[in-house]
Amino acid sequence: MPAASQAKQTAKTLRHPAVVRATHWLTFIAFIALLISGGEIVIPHPRFYWGEVGNVNTKPLFVLPIPASRDTVPTSYHYVLTDENGWGRSLHFEAAWLVVLTGLVYGVYGLASGHFRKHLLPMRRDWTWRAYWNRISRYLRRKPPNRGEENSYNVLQQSAYLTVIFILFPLMIWTGLAMSPSFTSVFPSTAALLGGRQSARTIHFFVSWLLLFFLIVHVTMVSLSGFWRRMRAMITGYTRSSEEDS
Amino acid sequence: MSPSKLITRRKMIYGGVAVVAGAGGLAAADRMAKRYGLIPPDGAGIYGPGETLTYACQRILNANRPARQFPRSMISKNPFANEVAPPTDEFKKLLAGGFKDWRLVVDGTVAHPLVLSLADLKSMPIHSQITEVACEEGWSYIAEWIGTPLSGVLQEAGVLPQSRYVVYYPIEKGLWESIDMADATDPHTLLTMGMNDGDLPVGFGGPLRLRLPRQLGYKSLKYVTHITVTDDIRKFGSGKGSVDPDYGYTWYAGI
Repeated sequence: MPAASQAKQTAKTLRHPAVVRATHWLTFIAFIALLISGGEIVIPHPRFYWGEVGNVNTKPLFVLPIPASRDTVPTSYHYVLTDENGWGRSLHFEAAWLVVLTGLVYGVYGLASGHFRKHLLPMRRDWTWRAYWNRISRYLRRKPPNRGEENSYNVLQQSAYLTVIFILFPLMIWTGLAMSPSFTSVFPSTAALLGGRQSARTIHFFVSWLLLFFLIVHVTMVSLSGFWRRMRAMITGYTRSSEEDS
Repeated sequence: MSPSKLITRRKMIYGGVAVVAGAGGLAAADRMAKRYGLIPPDGAGIYGPGETLTYACQRILNANRPARQFPRSMISKNPFANEVAPPTDEFKKLLAGGFKDWRLVVDGTVAHPLVLSLADLKSMPIHSQITEVACEEGWSYIAEWIGTPLSGVLQEAGVLPQSRYVVYYPIEKGLWESIDMADATDPHTLLTMGMNDGDLPVGFGGPLRLRLPRQLGYKSLKYVTHITVTDDIRKFGSGKGSVDPDYGYTWYAGI
């Protein structure tokens, strides 16, 4: 191997393994599809309830101030949006399968390779409020990351990613399944533990906002720390040493 | 060997294992799906994979399991029914006659085609179940549904062994649905004539609605007049099992 190319090789650091990159982008595609189709699925009936049942004859928990796509739902608008629930639902469930299967691959990989333990589990010394506060104040003072942080995650990133991976996505899957009349026939507690089918729908709605909030913060932070450099790392897997220093 | 090469090798092994597992899984799933009839009539097209995965998984999960039922105290006091098209003159005439002339035709791949009146259906074993109607729009309610299981009617007609689907039509022309034999012979699939201790109100599908508690409301057709058992669903409509796929909705609605 020529010396020049070898030098170039060593200057590159593997930032994201292939499985992480592939599952990251598949999840991104699925999540965008779920977000769009999920928004669409709300439009036919923008009323939310708590408990097992809810319909226009029962008192809602809250009503979204948007027009509906069905004229049986009372809204403050004098028009009805077009019905797009057919493809909306089909896309939602297809994307749900994609995110679940991708999540399975990622989960098995994360456990088997030690990815969760090595990269996402905060270090013992970071298990304090002080560590969180230190990291937040670094962000607030807009200090650049430590040399060591460049190729790992800090405690705030770790906590955010662990929350999304182990709490929010599983909660979305659980509340989604709790709305399936077929699945709840086999496992009634899926719905009952949440307070019922309509409670599951309401929780599903709120958790989708939390995931959208994560996406916005995530993209903002990536942009602030160098959008293209981070994008290249998540696509090719590598960061260049020369860039890290800049 | 340098550490970077070790990492590359490990990465390749993981990647290889993932690809082999994925391909092997897909091949095995495809074989099983074909063998056990786990591919829905609308299993083609861009949304086919999602629909097929849902249908296949729930068929395996649901086999011989009861539908989710609720205590009497949970029956909704103010159930809601979506409006349907204005009743046809034919329906109005039957309504005026107290539905005495309502007929359910059972034909197709059966040994003895039947024409049943509501009185005939009421003389068959009557079951009741307290189940939830969940609409694809997002709303739901719980009611007690009273009727005779479709399986009993099919048994009386003598379903031929090659039968694979049961197609059902309402009085309104143009609408139709179908279910597979697993749902058709399920004791919870009810030819419903009563609701909450009374006759099934017209708004809720009276005099005769096919209730399917494990699928969304749109599969529970109101005003059923005709049932056809078939061995080939492709002969009906656009061949996708119901009118739903023509509008983007899935044929199987267990979600």
